[in-house]
Amino acid sequence: MESRSRRFKSNALAALANPVLQGNLKMAKGKFVDKRAIAIKEIDDFEGTREAAKNLRNRVLENLDLWLEKFEENATARGATVLWAKDGAEICRHVVEIGKRHGVKKAAKSKSMLSEEAGLNHALTAAGIQPVETDLGEYILQINDNEPPSHIIAPVMHKGLDEVADLFEKTHKTPRKTEIPALTREAREVLREHFLTADMGISGGNFLVAETGSVALVTNEGNGRMVTTLPKVHVVVTGIEKVIPTLEDLSTLMRLLPRSATGQSISNYVSVLTGVKQPDDHDGPEHLYFILVDNGRAELVGSEFQDMLRCIRCGACMNHCPVYQTIGGHAYGWVYPGPMGSILTPLYTGIENAIDLPHAATLCNQCGVVCPVKIPLPELLRKLRETQVETHLRPWFERLALKGWAWVASHPALYGLGTWFGVRYLKWLAGGKASIPVLGTAPGWTAGRDFPAPEGRTFREQYAAMRAERRKSS
Amino acid sequence: MRVALFVTCLVDLMRPRIGFAAIELLEAAGCEVVVPETQTCCGQPAWNSGDRAAAAALAKKVIAEFEAYETVVVPSGSCADQIRNEYPGILADEPDWHGRAVALASRVYELTDFLVNVVKLEAVPGNFAGSITYHDSCTGLRSLGIKAQPRALLAQLPGVELREMNAAEECCGFGGTFSVKFGEISAAIAERKCTNACATGAAAIVGGDLGCLLNIEGKLRRMGDETTRVLHVAEVLTAKE
Ligand code: SF4
Repeated sequence: MESRSRRFKSNALAALANPVLQGNLKMAKGKFVDKRAIAIKEIDDFEGTREAAKNLRNRVLENLDLWLEKFEENATARGATVLWAKDGAEICRHVVEIGKRHGVKKAAKSKSMLSEEAGLNHALTAAGIQPVETDLGEYILQINDNEPPSHIIAPVMHKGLDEVADLFEKTHKTPRKTEIPALTREAREVLREHFLTADMGISGGNFLVAETGSVALVTNEGNGRMVTTLPKVHVVVTGIEKVIPTLEDLSTLMRLLPRSATGQSISNYVSVLTGVKQPDDHDGPEHLYFILVDNGRAELVGSEFQDMLRCIRCGACMNHCPVYQTIGGHAYGWVYPGPMGSILTPLYTGIENAIDLPHAATLCNQCGVVCPVKIPLPELLRKLRETQVETHLRPWFERLALKGWAWVASHPALYGLGTWFGVRYLKWLAGGKASIPVLGTAPGWTAGRDFPAPEGRTFREQYAAMRAERRKSS
Repeated sequence: MRVALFVTCLVDLMRPRIGFAAIELLEAAGCEVVVPETQTCCGQPAWNSGDRAAAAALAKKVIAEFEAYETVVVPSGSCADQIRNEYPGILADEPDWHGRAVALASRVYELTDFLVNVVKLEAVPGNFAGSITYHDSCTGLRSLGIKAQPRALLAQLPGVELREMNAAEECCGFGGTFSVKFGEISAAIAERKCTNACATGAAAIVGGDLGCLLNIEGKLRRMGDETTRVLHVAEVLTAKE
């Protein structure tokens, strides 16, 4: 997917001015944040479980290559084919080749963020294979001219009911429906046909279990089951960092994932899929492929951003982020929004292509305290800012301003003089009022709020005067 | 006990009375307060902007100015955290300075934390009366555990009625340079905070970090609210009304 992260600022302004989005964001916040808060209380030792999950993810990352080999060995032993993809283009090439090999005309897809990273739908269409998204949200986006998702687990959270009703009427050529149950029934009817006629199913993978060579899928709609069992070919596209050692580890992570994501104790469907269809199996694919994708991940192993690879894509960091809650996901401009997206986008698409993202956070650490695998997100955002400074990617005036300010702050006498003038200037601007409505030196601040006026004399002045007074009187 | 006060650059510039209120509270707790004269800023804006060199230069300056004192008190959670939890990392590559940073770190306290947990102040000097709501600033709350301390001190004032707001622990949208770089987003977040605070009907919004308070006050005034007061907890605890 092409990144629009360079336009973060204008994207964000558009989001602020979008009333449907603003209404949805408010609603979603209540849903995700409040439900998670209740759900995590069901676990006696939620903090301990977070720590365990963090440690088990770290253990994998320390020997990622070995765990991947183990996964490959066990998956292959059960009849699957494991392929490796360096980047998005290789994902597309593999999937198209597999499609051609099996004479595929239609591919039913359940959610895969990697397929978004790769822009897989375009490649499939170009190769004459019709991709059909079957996750309801992703389906709505697809019929709206392949609109990008705005949340990793609630891809259409920016859309209003009216818009969906219009889209369905236009696409399905059916009478307009405005009730949610009627709309979902219609989607179901349309999708069922696709499930039954697809020759290939494409899914993501929440986890890859090394000891069994299985993929674990966590979904709520049941489409994942259809996609992975009905078509004769199943292709799993997922990141190399998704591997975990054992089924026991899966159960640890599953205590955290649905609770952190949607506030559910368990998602509606959890599937652990192992190998191709055996003679006495009722269903399952005859051909199973795993496309394990690097796309920037391997480079993070051993780097100062390695912690980010622990991510289990729950979305809690964005649900709790004051910035995400205010502008939604599209403003971030690529596949992943919110705090995790502000780290992954520059790391995966080039730091110079997402200059604003690491700065688009207040560093409030609400994300860090909810992340189920304890990723220190604010710290990583700050490190990216540091990398930008080191590689001269910040605008010259900002660098100069910081250097100048730091130099003055290192020279107390000069600093005292500067602040002496500064407070008087601000006081004069306030003109006797309690606040300043327009501040030329910080227009960003006064765009949406006043700047309170200072008292008028600095602390150091007043303190020196008080000390002199005390000395005189003693 | 001899205590050095790190005033913070925002208090120095914008609200010196918070610095004097901090001195009054510390003296009420029986401390002798020293204010090292050459202090300026803890370097947080540089550190959060990614300028490690500038942050390190200011960190060294603060360490040199304050390491001679047994205890350092700061009327701001985020500045206290900067010295306590960030300085050692900032200076990690310079063993000598790193050691000095670590030695200072554990002796640095946020004001209300120090008053409640170290000197156990039991007679706050003010007589503020009225309804207030308390905003928990992010860094103080999540990095230093500042939550119960200011409330315990405020509870000593019989005239204070604390009305907790919805989402008191949510960010106000300040975020240092974020508030200037992304002014519109920052102000929109501040609006949510103000709406939650005002819904309590409290006469004053109180907090422990001046950055957040300036943000909240600026937004309130822009929203046309000229009456709700925005005060630092030290001002409330020392107010004579
Ligand atoms: S960074 Fe943490 S909170 Fe955010 S999506 Fe990943 S696992 Fe979830």
